[in-house]
Amino acid sequence: MAPMAEAAYLRTAPAERLPPPADRGGATGWLRANLFSSLGNTALTLICLSFIAWAVPTLLRFFVFDAVWSATDRGACLASPVNPEPGACWAFVRVWSSYFVYGFYPLGQRWRVDLFFLALAFGVAWLAWLAAPRRDIGAVYFFVVLPVLSYVLLCGAPLIGLAGVPTTLWGGILVTIVVATVGIVVSLPIGIVLALGRRSDIPVVKLFAVTFIEFVRGVPLITILFMASVMLPLFVPERFAPDKLMRALIGVAMIASAYMAEVVRGGLAAIPRGQYEAAQALGLPYWRMMALVILPQALRVTLPNIVNTFIALFKDTSLVFVVGIFDFLRTIEAARVDPHWATPVTSVTGYAFAASFYFICCYGMSRYARGVETRLARAHRR
Amino acid sequence: MPEIVLNSSRNARRAGTIALQVALVAVVGGLAYAAVVNAAQNLAAAHVASGFGFWNNTAGFDISQTLIAYSSSTSTFGRAFWVGLLNTLLVAGIGIVLATVLGFVIGIGRLSRNWLVARLAGGYVEMIRNVPLLLQLLFWYNAVLKSLPELHGSVALPGGGLLNNRGLFLPRPEFESGFGYVVIAFLFGVAATIGLRLYARWRQDRTGEPARIVWFGLGLIVILPLVVYALSGAPLHFSFPDMGRFNVMGGVEILPEFAALVVALTVYTAAFIAEVVRAGVLAVPQGQTEAAQALGLRSPTMLRLVIVPQAMRVIVPPLTSQYLNLIKNSSLAVAIGYPDLVEVFTGSVLNITGQAVEVVAVTMAVYLTISLATSLLMNLYGYATDVRER
Repeated sequence: MAPMAEAAYLRTAPAERLPPPADRGGATGWLRANLFSSLGNTALTLICLSFIAWAVPTLLRFFVFDAVWSATDRGACLASPVNPEPGACWAFVRVWSSYFVYGFYPLGQRWRVDLFFLALAFGVAWLAWLAAPRRDIGAVYFFVVLPVLSYVLLCGAPLIGLAGVPTTLWGGILVTIVVATVGIVVSLPIGIVLALGRRSDIPVVKLFAVTFIEFVRGVPLITILFMASVMLPLFVPERFAPDKLMRALIGVAMIASAYMAEVVRGGLAAIPRGQYEAAQALGLPYWRMMALVILPQALRVTLPNIVNTFIALFKDTSLVFVVGIFDFLRTIEAARVDPHWATPVTSVTGYAFAASFYFICCYGMSRYARGVETRLARAHRR
Repeated sequence: MPEIVLNSSRNARRAGTIALQVALVAVVGGLAYAAVVNAAQNLAAAHVASGFGFWNNTAGFDISQTLIAYSSSTSTFGRAFWVGLLNTLLVAGIGIVLATVLGFVIGIGRLSRNWLVARLAGGYVEMIRNVPLLLQLLFWYNAVLKSLPELHGSVALPGGGLLNNRGLFLPRPEFESGFGYVVIAFLFGVAATIGLRLYARWRQDRTGEPARIVWFGLGLIVILPLVVYALSGAPLHFSFPDMGRFNVMGGVEILPEFAALVVALTVYTAAFIAEVVRAGVLAVPQGQTEAAQALGLRSPTMLRLVIVPQAMRVIVPPLTSQYLNLIKNSSLAVAIGYPDLVEVFTGSVLNITGQAVEVVAVTMAVYLTISLATSLLMNLYGYATDVRER
């Protein structure tokens, strides 16, 4: 017998094998870790589950199962023995849908609006697809050709046989898209100039840029639109007074430019000093340095922020509603109170339709921004 | 030789810079001058007065919610201005408090280890952020509050409130003479608790013994006023809203416009505040938590002394800009007819006087003042909390 084995604290037999650890992988493990890790967590999970169990069927019932999909007037959307609690009145949206898209744009001319949508979608796709060929031509198309083409298409040009359509007839998604596009097309160049102005060494330039940016960003957007719509006609001789839509567009362009300027400034600030110094050492004058070295980099790093500004701008186009422009939201408001379709669910249906339109557009843009961001992060990691 | 060339090119550049500035001033000045001349001509042609003479004229229009005495027949436009401004501040103040609470709850929820909570909070943020505020406001006002029952079908709320499509009617507290003692007791309780806390801190600094004063403080702030309230004969009554024949009598009326605006601003801004909070908490490095644990701090203490102060440094500046956005967005009141500054001033006053330039200028000046004052405070806060790195 070896003396070691006599010590009481030493084992003589191997320890019992421990049972395998509780399931940490797989579905149960995941559930335990993420939903039921403690008493409080379990309670939270149960509260959330009961909320979902209440909300999802209610929403599905209202928007899908009990919804009225086709009807000729409000009758089908009112409570009746067949449908005691009618859901969303999609028939109302279907009947009014062409108004929601075109407003009062003349029926025979609506192909022009469709063509405009197509031309715009083409330009957006060209610029947004980062691997597209010749995106420089795409930029020229988007910022020069498209505005002219759109103006001719939408306003008309009697010279080439397109009847003039006054902007008072425009409405719906057309106006929302026009306002957003004008804001985007105008704000980028002006925003860049303002951002450069704000970072400039020249006192007067800097003063003007800072004043404009801080002024526009410091007041509610509505007051800018009010200013554009009530004060602008006063500032020009009477015969040059711009029409209502034009005034709203000027207001939106001011707003968008000021916000864009701050985003571009952020991008400029992210460029290392060495880039400026290297460009100067190559003997590039100011504008060529900016155009060839600084801005391409600054705009690339700040592209996600630019898209986020577009999202904000797209949502803010709904404010033109307040100065009496028939944008998409305004057409919803106008149709909602149509006595022909007046039911308790008409308003909710109209707003749900509007909300899903805005949501799809904005969420799509924000997914795109996030995609670009990860792509940039990958490019930087190398 | 080359130096002379350099100098001359520098001089040329300086001359160019000066020319650019002169040209810019000339163009902007010229445009401004033309605008002023045109405006004067157009206004004269339309027989619109100019200047701020209208400020002391009788307003002659009604305002549906007034925090200070106002009557359409005797009050001036100046008085209407203050009524509008106070309404804006009221809606913004309440909105800021509620949005902060909701925003912090959702922001923390997004970081929760509970998968379901994190997903729901994330869904909320995405849903709300991607739909225009104006649409949400119209939804709350037209689809929710305006579709409430009519006067005679009013919903009776627990506690004696009434809810119908004319608004929310709550019991109004009526303070009687003895209520002053309760207020005094409450203030005393607060002061005593602060004193106690200072003493506890001082003692902990000297002896290292922590003092639990939470229950003491609670007793001083809550129990003491309650005791005084009972002793002084319960000097508080509520006047309950009653359904009259044509309208609700008594109680405090909360306009549906006000309620819709508060709800919409709260829900919308909370989504943005949630993102700010999330970013702020994520900005505190993991090492800080580990270091605090290594020092043996317990979880609440660690949060209070290590995590929150560092997160707040990141959170406060963007949080303030969200508050500013909320204040500016409260001007959407004009879409549903809540009498805020913009609705009263650029709506009613502008329509009556026709003095677009003055009215819009005054309105903008108010918001600009608020914005600039806030950014000034934020800069000071930035300097104060800047971590001095060595």
